[in-house]
Amino acid sequence: MEFFDSGWGLTLIVFLPAAGALALFAIPKSQEGAHKWTALAVSGATAVLAVIAVALFDYGAAERFQFGVSLDWIPAIGAGYHIGVDGISLPLLTLSAAVTVLCVIYCWDHWEEPRNVRGFLALMLLLATGMNGTFVALDLVLFFIFFELVLLPMYFMIGIWGDDADRRLPVLGITVKTRIYASLKFFVFTLFGSAFMLLGFLALYFRSGDFLGSNTFDIPALIALGSENAFGSGTFAWLVFGAMFLGFAVKVPMWPFHTWLPDAHTAAPTVGSVLLAAILLKLGSYAFLRISIPVLPDMAREWAPAIGLLAVIGIIYGSLACLAQTDVKRLIAFSSVGHMGFVMLGIATMTDVGFNAAIIGMVAHGIITGLLFFLAGSMHHRYHTREIARLGGNQKLMPWMGGILAFTAMASLGLPGLAGFWGEFMSLVGAYRPAAGLSPGQFQTFMVIGAIGTVLTAGYMLWMLQRVNLGEPKPEWSGRTFSDVGRYEWLAWTPLIIATVAIGVYPRFVLGATNDAVVNLVRNAFGG
Amino acid sequence: MNLDYHALAPEMVVAATILAVLTLDVALPRRLKYWTAFAGVIGLTLAALPLVTLAFGGGPGVRSMLGGGYVVDDFALVLKAVFIVGGYLVLLMSVSYIESDRYYQGEYYLLLLTSILGSLIMASSRDLITIFVGLELVTGPLFLLAGWRKGDRRSNEASLKFFILGVLSTAVLLYGMSFLYGLTGSVDFEGIRTAGADLLESGAFRLAVLFTIIGFGFKISAVPFHFWAPDTYEGAPTPVTAYLSVGSKAAGFVGLLLICYQAFPSVTEIWGPALWILAALSMTLGNLTALRQDNIVRLLAYSSIAQGGFILVPFAAAAVTNDPRVIQEAASATIVYLIIYAFMNLGAFAVVMAGARRTGTATIAGWAGMAKHSPRIAVLGAIFFFALAGIPPLAGWYAKFAMFLAILRPVHPWAVALAVIAAVNAVIALVYYAKVVKAMWMDPQPEEGPSPELTSRPLSGSLSLAMGISALFVAAAGILPFQLAGVFAQAAKVITSGL
Repeated sequence: MEFFDSGWGLTLIVFLPAAGALALFAIPKSQEGAHKWTALAVSGATAVLAVIAVALFDYGAAERFQFGVSLDWIPAIGAGYHIGVDGISLPLLTLSAAVTVLCVIYCWDHWEEPRNVRGFLALMLLLATGMNGTFVALDLVLFFIFFELVLLPMYFMIGIWGDDADRRLPVLGITVKTRIYASLKFFVFTLFGSAFMLLGFLALYFRSGDFLGSNTFDIPALIALGSENAFGSGTFAWLVFGAMFLGFAVKVPMWPFHTWLPDAHTAAPTVGSVLLAAILLKLGSYAFLRISIPVLPDMAREWAPAIGLLAVIGIIYGSLACLAQTDVKRLIAFSSVGHMGFVMLGIATMTDVGFNAAIIGMVAHGIITGLLFFLAGSMHHRYHTREIARLGGNQKLMPWMGGILAFTAMASLGLPGLAGFWGEFMSLVGAYRPAAGLSPGQFQTFMVIGAIGTVLTAGYMLWMLQRVNLGEPKPEWSGRTFSDVGRYEWLAWTPLIIATVAIGVYPRFVLGATNDAVVNLVRNAFGG
Repeated sequence: MNLDYHALAPEMVVAATILAVLTLDVALPRRLKYWTAFAGVIGLTLAALPLVTLAFGGGPGVRSMLGGGYVVDDFALVLKAVFIVGGYLVLLMSVSYIESDRYYQGEYYLLLLTSILGSLIMASSRDLITIFVGLELVTGPLFLLAGWRKGDRRSNEASLKFFILGVLSTAVLLYGMSFLYGLTGSVDFEGIRTAGADLLESGAFRLAVLFTIIGFGFKISAVPFHFWAPDTYEGAPTPVTAYLSVGSKAAGFVGLLLICYQAFPSVTEIWGPALWILAALSMTLGNLTALRQDNIVRLLAYSSIAQGGFILVPFAAAAVTNDPRVIQEAASATIVYLIIYAFMNLGAFAVVMAGARRTGTATIAGWAGMAKHSPRIAVLGAIFFFALAGIPPLAGWYAKFAMFLAILRPVHPWAVALAVIAAVNAVIALVYYAKVVKAMWMDPQPEEGPSPELTSRPLSGSLSLAMGISALFVAAAGILPFQLAGVFAQAAKVITSGL
């Protein structure tokens, strides 16, 4: 209790994985077992700490930042080590810590070439530090560091362990390895966005001095200024919101900044895809809720129609692109564009319903799409292909695998009773009645388009299921036997399956934490 | 003449070391000549001691001598420390490299130490004559060092190009300085500052300022005065290239800092736009050309031109405002960037040397699969190249962060425009830095790649030490930049205090 209130709990959740990554290098490279156990112990301990945080969290005061600590870090510029969680970040932090440990478990007997167990686990743990850190950072500089910290490990993960196939680049006319193309594209796109995000942060920093007497990077202090609408609605605020929008929208990714995503997700090793989809995409949408909207509420409202429009374009575009995919993994990757479109539509409504929808949508997408990428990886592991046309009759060849795939696909298309439903449903509900000052007609149009998107989503998911799972196995697999879901796969997937059902049946697991914080956010930002 | 020997101790120790190296070189038999290297290392270590006593030993904060022309203050101390540590790292990198050539070892260290002595003098100089003597003492030995590999035509070309353009820039600089003296009747910065305030409308004065800036522009190889740099960098021995891109470049920047903030604070409207253009051109052209390089040394040459552009950015911020706090922050940002850059770049060059030893080449393609046969070099390479790209948590992020902080502080359209140019360039730079890392980590080792005898060659202890020190600094300064920032803010306060 005391341990958490003094900030040590969260600090450990953030830095324990990084320490574990260093510890791995103290173990000789040949002892793979020791590496796996160390990584499991470290990520497990982190997840346990996250669960304790969930248990100790005061849900009656979910709008307050809890378990925090604020220390000087770079006093010369007024940047502090300020961390804490509230109802918005707690579910995402828990998701991040949990998915990391499940990834370690899944890794146990799934290694992609060139093996190198120690390197892979170290990168994964370093990634966890970046992800957890982003969700607890309450200082813009600290946030920036953690936001960027995820780049390096993911770059190496995709670039070293990724898809080794050749790929011809259309304009340049040269042939490169897919993994190399995808990793660099991921890195450059994200860095491009975050370079402008940093300019936006610095602009806020300087302007804050006009109101507070001294400049600050402190997010709660900036939010307090935002609730008085201190930054106004002039050109300055417009540019700052735009700069941060670039950084966050690339990360989400919103159409038309999404083009790195299908390449990165498809080329990444299984665990890399899972972490990308489950956690990394959330960093962008979380940043909208944590920084852009509360600090610049007027601008958020001014940008909302544009965000909503891009979101619904993303929904329709993602769904149509899915219909055209021939590769299972690429299909799932494009489905993320659509699902994150629903999250962003929820955010664009600027209402408490919409924000709740966004958060539960993020959590659900993390769980479900993470599971889908696990499944795609495991199937690729067995069939050595991801061509939808070559698969078929999966249900007969591997009944359990097929069953879980069907279940997850249903969850992904938003079947009521499973986790994916709430995010889509609530964001459409939110769009029916957007915040004051936004045009209801416009958002109701978005709602209708989004609803069409849900139909398309159901369409491509069911079509994919039909082609992959149903029918008779293709002749090339006849006489072959496949091992069904293995022990480590069960261990990694069961928690995700349970969470899908649990959140689907009882969404208060997430909304109970978020609601007060979200209502408070809306009240401070938009009044009333 | 009243000399403060305590304040002059670092320079005197280095001078004594130079003499000791000279004597040892004559006295020692050929097989023991490497002792001259040890003498150099020991000498530089000893030279660092008085810096510590000067900084923390109390006494006056500012020690001024030679009629105010030679000053030891916080600014001078910080930069001298950087020059000594940087020189120390270059010496460590040189030891096995120069020893393997087996000739003129003594002379090599003699010249390198002389150049370091020049940079120490520059940091303290507060008048035109001292700064000129310091600058020439930095550059002169480098003309010889660049041509060190006598049998190599590229080394000869390197030396010749460097010499011709170096002399040209010296001429331009001297021309500007002579105008300054003629117009203001003074050689010390304070006199120029005072007299210059009345000469704002004088065309000749403006011309003199521009000539001086252009003279230093050559020294820091800012675009469009950079033509010598890539060929010289490629042809010179690698440790000398490392020194050129860090030590002598830093000396040029020190000169620019002193001239701009101490001598010309009243004419920011002349040098501000000029440096804005130099910064934008250096970043953009340096980066775009670096993208096309397939030799790592040339890549680092163009990257150092681009980094020079980033270092120049805060100057442009100082030009659009009169707020002393903003100007001080701009100076501080330049110093912070300069110092972090010094360690990142020295580390990168040390990695180039280590990589070249293991693969026999410094082309990007030749380094493919380095992670397989030399994982430690590959890890260090990733650290330094990504640090140069400014990826947190490595030190480069704070350098860029401080730079952006400085340029955005004065809310001004031109400053914001430069910040946007810098932001785009930071992304372009990542592409080529990542290209090297990609080759080391992600490309398969080519079949006709380096032989096992080559890839198992041991690295010298001194080179490993140099990489270790740089890596430690790059990691520590990235996570805990505040100590650095505090020190540099102090140094910047001193240099801009005359405003």
